[in-house]
Amino acid sequence: MKLDAKIPLGPLTSKWDKHKTAIRLVNPSNKRKYEIIVVGTGLAGASAAASLAELGYNVKSFCIQDSPRRAHSVAAQGGINAAKNYQNDGDSVYRLFYDTIKGGDFRSREANVHRLAEVSVNIIDQCVAQGVPFAREYSGYLTNRSFGGAQVSRTFYARGQTGQQLLLGAYQALMRQVGLGQVTLFPRMEMLELVVVNGHAKGIVVRDMVTGAISSHSADAVVLATGGYGNTYYLSTYGRGSNATAIWRAYKKGALFANPCFTQIHPTCIPVSGDYQSKLTLMSESLRNDGRVWVPKKKGDKRSPAEIPEDDRDYYLERKYPSYGNLAPRDISSRAAKQVCDEGRGVGETGLGVYLDFSDAIKRLGRSNIEERYGNLFDMYHEITHEDAYQTPMRIFPAIHYMMGGLWVDYNLMSNLPGLYVIGEANFSDHGANRLGASALMQGLADGYFVLPYTIGDYLATQKPGSRPKPDAGEFKQAEQETNDRVEKLLAVHGKKTVTEFHKQLGRILWEHCGMARTEKSLKEALALIPPLREEFWKNVNVPGEGEELNQSLERAGRVADYLELAELIVYDALMRDESCGCHFREEHQTPDGECQRNDEQYAYVAAWEFTGVGKTPILNKEPLVYEEVHLAQRSYK
Amino acid sequence: MNVKLRVWRQRDAGTPGRFETYEAKDINPNMSFLEMLDVVNEDLTRRGREPITFDHDCREGICGMCSCVINGEPHGPENKVATCQTYMRSFRDGETITVEPFRARAFPLIKDLIVNRSAFDRVIQAGGFVSVSTGSAPDGNAILVPKQNADLAMDAAACIGCGACVAACKNASAMLFVAAKVSHLNLLPQGRPEKEKRVLAMVQQMDEEGFGACTVTGSCEAVCPKGISLNFIAKMNRDYFGALLGVGGKKANTLTGA
Repeated sequence: MKLDAKIPLGPLTSKWDKHKTAIRLVNPSNKRKYEIIVVGTGLAGASAAASLAELGYNVKSFCIQDSPRRAHSVAAQGGINAAKNYQNDGDSVYRLFYDTIKGGDFRSREANVHRLAEVSVNIIDQCVAQGVPFAREYSGYLTNRSFGGAQVSRTFYARGQTGQQLLLGAYQALMRQVGLGQVTLFPRMEMLELVVVNGHAKGIVVRDMVTGAISSHSADAVVLATGGYGNTYYLSTYGRGSNATAIWRAYKKGALFANPCFTQIHPTCIPVSGDYQSKLTLMSESLRNDGRVWVPKKKGDKRSPAEIPEDDRDYYLERKYPSYGNLAPRDISSRAAKQVCDEGRGVGETGLGVYLDFSDAIKRLGRSNIEERYGNLFDMYHEITHEDAYQTPMRIFPAIHYMMGGLWVDYNLMSNLPGLYVIGEANFSDHGANRLGASALMQGLADGYFVLPYTIGDYLATQKPGSRPKPDAGEFKQAEQETNDRVEKLLAVHGKKTVTEFHKQLGRILWEHCGMARTEKSLKEALALIPPLREEFWKNVNVPGEGEELNQSLERAGRVADYLELAELIVYDALMRDESCGCHFREEHQTPDGECQRNDEQYAYVAAWEFTGVGKTPILNKEPLVYEEVHLAQRSYK
Repeated sequence: MNVKLRVWRQRDAGTPGRFETYEAKDINPNMSFLEMLDVVNEDLTRRGREPITFDHDCREGICGMCSCVINGEPHGPENKVATCQTYMRSFRDGETITVEPFRARAFPLIKDLIVNRSAFDRVIQAGGFVSVSTGSAPDGNAILVPKQNADLAMDAAACIGCGACVAACKNASAMLFVAAKVSHLNLLPQGRPEKEKRVLAMVQQMDEEGFGACTVTGSCEAVCPKGISLNFIAKMNRDYFGALLGVGGKKANTLTGA
């Protein structure tokens, strides 16, 4: 398949401005004749639905939660980046652009990233106007903090609840449009199929999670804002309900899936404590501003942290990366933690942990300052571990946190299926092989507030008003039938193993074979293990209850069935990409000091996979990454 | 540790519910309460019985999806945490734990421990926003907010919309929830132009949803997982009476938005 990213011509810095003036518009009296479906109500989905409605489009907004306010963007803690340069520390749109490209290890699309940096400043303005209570100085001005992978302070924050506050801003904008009748809300509804009519995305099939009723909704365009697929790994920092079903069903209907193996493993999470564990909890990266990461120098040193003298400690991030120190990017910090644990120097009962120590910061700034900055995180740590991080260092370990991969989109955020737009974490476009901290919130809101509302008009202008199919068209009936069959099939297995058992088993395969470090051997082993597990699932899964009721086992079963297919694609991609870049660390390809060794000659492209059938090898399509502005370099944070 | 659970089971709003008893054995005290329910549900599933249905998502106390009244208290025995942040070490070995849904007329039951809290969304829809469309905002630093106001607004904005305040109140009043949003926005200069209209509209919607009256007993504040202060109710009352006096005058004509 020939992939056209539709990147505008001209100098990088003027591409977006020029593009905005060149794309087609829909006149105001026609806007009200179009219907747009937005699936998902996180930062990207809620901001898009609200902004499209403000423009005059009729919007249908779907979410699986009981309220749009609960989408998992709500859990983002640390902050949101913007190139405001309020700190006068040398920040600029170019620097934010370059940091993001470099942070992504030169595997993202230059033009998209530059646009992201450009609109970052508008996001802060918009959110302030909505009443998002960002942290401020006594003078009333906005304040900033630092984050990993940057040497400027450009992160705006609302205590440790930035995601919550930004999401509430977008949610409130959305609810205003619901009140005005411009958005119809469909909570507790799960999209189970994408409907494609004559090659264009024209609707979805959903299951009402309360009654089990399956119904169709048609539209002139469909926007997927359904987040990432990190829960494929079972344990992650994602919400328990976050899932891949919407994007996976779109993939199976012909949308390409790009860079599926780019998995962000966040360095500062609370370590796993037992097999019963249902999720992992992140401790914000902002803690690395003041916390120092260390492990004992000696292998197997079982002394308590207070008993280990300064000389016997290895502040390994400061040692290895003197210029970024504890603020090295996430992929590098995670891998460094894995290395010291592999060497037997990990801490805690399991040996899978490192210390994040605030004693120096408390000495320097006083406890009250640390409390004001991170109090809620210290509280959260205490609730989970029953330890007081003001007295003893936190124990942290890397965990699955974000997926840089996602459905392939062009510069307009449209997938290869005309009419299907994909925004936020669900697409692949801006973070390359590693996302910098405080950039997910930025991208979600950039897509929803400032990119999609412009670019969707370019497609709608080609669609005659009123030409969308009726939801009883043949394609819809067929998609409903497929959905019903699938539900019945899951309920009819009556096997012996629970859905969770399958999910945990799959998660272990992925974490061990396709986690922080990958080899050809481990990936081939995973490819041998996944298909039999999938076959066993369809023969031996036990899904209690019925289809026509609220049935959480059934909901989970459908999602795990998708993970069992998606996992294989993740591994295919990791095996194909025979280089190391960002989060994707192939042990065969490392520099003498253990850093990623990219292979730009062969792999400077986006891998966009095309579905050919379950269990069949997908087709690899390549979008070459052409860098007009940036010179590709070995990434260094030393 | 071992505990006995008395759990409210109800197929749907139209079918009578009842307590059922389950044994939870070999529970690790470091499990969260919801992880303990996961373990019980796995066991029920294996034995061919229907698992207990409950709402949950982030499991880190921020999404507000989890609910449950545990031993008579919304979100369980610990202060300032949600059910998902309640750990089994808060219970005694051998204890019988009673688990019920939030009960309020405005929160109709859906199934087992799940209730419908969409009334909260409709209260926000009535006025819990600043009417600013995308693209029209001035520079972020063009609007100065004194730190103490910003901090106070943030204290109110921390509400996760879980509904524990309603479940704890003998009148099932939603005053703390509504007051938190009214205060968050009314404290900020961005929210001031719509201040009167906002408080009137949100209070009216709150009443229409069937929430009860507030007698300021403070049970809401006591169970709030985010520690939202009762002071915000006082602030909302002040805004409300101010708005009542102002309505019909000049201010009412300057209102924008919904």
